[in-house]
Amino acid sequence: MSLLHLAIVLPFIAAVFVPFLFKGFRSVHTGWFVLLVPLALFIYFIQYMPVTSSGQTVSQTFEWIPSLGINFTAYVDGLGLLFALLITGIGSLVVLYSIYYLAKEKEALHNFYVYLLMFMGAMLGVVLSDNLIVLYMFWEFTSISSFLLIGYWYDKERSRYGAQKSMLITVFGGLSMLGGIVLLYLMSGTFSIRELIGMSDQLMADPLFIMAMLLVLLGAFTKSAQFPFHVWLPDAMEAPTPVSAYLHSATMVKAGIYLVARMSPIFAESGVWLWLVAGFGIFTLFWGSFNAVKQTDLKGILAYSTVSQLGLIMSLLGLGAAALHFDTLDDNMYMTATIAAVFHLINHATFKGSLFMMAGIVDHETGTRDIRKLGGLVNLMPITFTIAIIGSFSMAGLPPFNGFLSKEMFLTGMISVFELDLFNLNTWGILFPVLAWIASVFTFIYSIKLVFKTFLGKPQFDKLPKKPHEAPIGMLISPLILVSLVILFGFFPNLLANSMIKPAVESILPSLTDAGQEVYVNIYFWHGFTPELFMTLGIILTGIIMYATLAKWQGIYNRIPERFTINGVYDNGLEKGESGSFRLNEFIMTGYMRSYLIYIFAFFVAILLSTLGVRDAFAIDTSNLAEIRIYEVVLALVLVAGAITILFAKSRLTSIVLLGVVGYSVALFFVFFRAPDLALTQLVIETVSVALFLLCFYHLPEISRKEERMKFKIGNAVISILVGITVTLIGIASYSNQSFESISQYHIDNVYDLAAGGNMVNVILVDFRGFDTLFEICVLGIAALGIYAMVNFRGVRRQKG
Amino acid sequence: MKKKPNDLILQTVTTVISFIIILFSIHLFFAGHYTPGGGFIGGLMTAAALVLLLLAYDIKTLNTILPFDYRLMTAAGLMIAVLTGAGALLFNQPFLTHAYDYFNLPLLGETSLHTAVLFDIGVYLVVIGVTMTIIQTIGESE
Repeated sequence: MSLLHLAIVLPFIAAVFVPFLFKGFRSVHTGWFVLLVPLALFIYFIQYMPVTSSGQTVSQTFEWIPSLGINFTAYVDGLGLLFALLITGIGSLVVLYSIYYLAKEKEALHNFYVYLLMFMGAMLGVVLSDNLIVLYMFWEFTSISSFLLIGYWYDKERSRYGAQKSMLITVFGGLSMLGGIVLLYLMSGTFSIRELIGMSDQLMADPLFIMAMLLVLLGAFTKSAQFPFHVWLPDAMEAPTPVSAYLHSATMVKAGIYLVARMSPIFAESGVWLWLVAGFGIFTLFWGSFNAVKQTDLKGILAYSTVSQLGLIMSLLGLGAAALHFDTLDDNMYMTATIAAVFHLINHATFKGSLFMMAGIVDHETGTRDIRKLGGLVNLMPITFTIAIIGSFSMAGLPPFNGFLSKEMFLTGMISVFELDLFNLNTWGILFPVLAWIASVFTFIYSIKLVFKTFLGKPQFDKLPKKPHEAPIGMLISPLILVSLVILFGFFPNLLANSMIKPAVESILPSLTDAGQEVYVNIYFWHGFTPELFMTLGIILTGIIMYATLAKWQGIYNRIPERFTINGVYDNGLEKGESGSFRLNEFIMTGYMRSYLIYIFAFFVAILLSTLGVRDAFAIDTSNLAEIRIYEVVLALVLVAGAITILFAKSRLTSIVLLGVVGYSVALFFVFFRAPDLALTQLVIETVSVALFLLCFYHLPEISRKEERMKFKIGNAVISILVGITVTLIGIASYSNQSFESISQYHIDNVYDLAAGGNMVNVILVDFRGFDTLFEICVLGIAALGIYAMVNFRGVRRQKG
Repeated sequence: MKKKPNDLILQTVTTVISFIIILFSIHLFFAGHYTPGGGFIGGLMTAAALVLLLLAYDIKTLNTILPFDYRLMTAAGLMIAVLTGAGALLFNQPFLTHAYDYFNLPLLGETSLHTAVLFDIGVYLVVIGVTMTIIQTIGESE
């Protein structure tokens, strides 16, 4: 186990000690100890930066289950490192923020930091694993720890609802992803992502390819809250704000983005991939931004905004796949899309993290997050206001912040679909820039709304639960660091170009760089008078106008009834699913033995008859039959008559006696077919069982002794006749299909020589197959003890009951 | 019970017949390896003789004549059967391997002795024990 592995599992190890630190050092906030972990990891991962930026990768293998090809291979390349730095960097800031956000006296901090560290380790494992099974394991760890974190305040009903919802949706996706992984393994025989990338051409031709792609994408879409699986994210806002800032803006929701980026080299050459990823991404972008405007909760706005921004990144990754279809990288516009995706990924983590922390501060200092109650906080909370305005303007895509740059690149990428004559993009592709533009307008509106409604306007402090004032400095440090990064990346975008973005893009599109071409990343402010500049101007103008007239068109949001929203579908589906399965259960599980017997026999008949029919297994072969003798016919008639009369017998006593008749005639059959041992046993056993039946009859309660003929039920008659026919047909067919000689000749030959016996039946029972007899007498013993226990301990149970 | 019925004929006949039945059952048991019969049917026959005694007399009388614990008898039978099987293991043979040989016994002359008979004794005892346990249990219950 190398240092790199230790780094990945360090959060898990640290999590073990958190409860002890919490109990042992009550005077110190546990978060201070926890803070060391992400900080140390961040510093550790920074050291890999020179390695990846020079195009190198690091790979360390720790054997886990080598016989199944499952090894914990830690693999650091540009993409993995970018995510690892995001996770540890923002992780440190979030832990710092949480120290001031969660009071050490009131909160169950040991739970909180254990979950948080678990999550951090799981995320690191996801982004640094090369083995798909290990990746899946960490993937589910993120789902579980996120479930625990969302339900952190478990006494709140909404928290539990949100936790359950996110769990159901992300685990659904996770399991689909596992299916995709298994399919990939079936196609290639390896779980290693790098080996899979090497085989991508071969995989493309495989019939399972599309299925595997769909399943993997399902996993990515559910995790990254893409339409229509985005519904869990707004409900996950019941988590403490540091959790929302960390999980639901910067890291976990980007696990799906990571997966798409990571799998791009395998799947991206297919047109289906491009359409699915880009299409779902762009629609999510639009839908998220459209819905964000109607939210009144600060975190609700931010949740939908996250959904929409994730859609943006997703659509860019989808379009970036088009780059694979060009030979040269000079002037490759689709490369821009991938660069924009990576760049926006970083930007989004910075500004969304700071905005969530801002929302947390406002909540913490005023007691509410409802923007209808907030307003006019600018003079009381100037620093928070600054954070909010920088974050929001960056989110809206205004210069000079980093959001502007990535938005411009995004628009460039979207416009470029016009120049592509692949996969019918030149027909429906028009939707991409149009939706992108509309979504950007809505993004602008909610970003402005977020700041203006909270900090400007009329103060209404009397409605607030607390008297607002500026947050303590400790709570402001983290968002301040993040917004300074927003500005820094805004002014010096090329700071990251070669160290972070280039290696990440190279890992997303390895086939292009392997051919000896270099990715050239240069992000600059001034493009000249390009179409995207005019689009941005249009966005700002339209956005301002629409924001000013918000009150007039807000009504459209109420047009959609609750039932038809995705949330409504989810809630209804869950409820209908539960009540439906309950009703199905009630319908099938009647509690009557007769119903179950009908099911069993109906299935018996259906399966056997259909097998006979499908396999054409029925045959009649009369060549092997013995001659029929007259006394056999007579005896058979007696037996059949006895059996049939039982059905029509009026009294139970008659039935019992008739049953005896059947049993004795069977014994006679044994005599005729030369089985004296069987005949002896059958006679005695039949006598005993008839006696026992009579005993039962004697003890029947008066009411059931009322003589009554069995009721005729057509269903029962049909099923019993069918069972009879089935068994008869199978008997005839199997008799006619005897393929092998019986082994009885061996017994006949050896009964005396080997076993020193003359009665072959008995020799088989005690010698050749004595093992069966041993357990048959066990059965008898158990039956006797069972009867003894039932009779003698009956009273004890009744007294207790 | 108003008047005790007179079962004299039944009881007298039973005393004689049950011995014949028991003898017959022992014959069935020992003949089992060569002619129809064996532990199972032999055990059932012996049990039948005991049941006949049970019918002619009553449970208490039978218990005083034959003070067996039939559940113990079942257990003993199982034990004998298992040990017979396990005995083969001592001679480095698979479980339930039987052996036989001819011996010159004092009264019987040259006789074949077979471990399968031991196994059959187990079966015999179990069958008697089971049948009697069932019938006694049901008979004693109210």
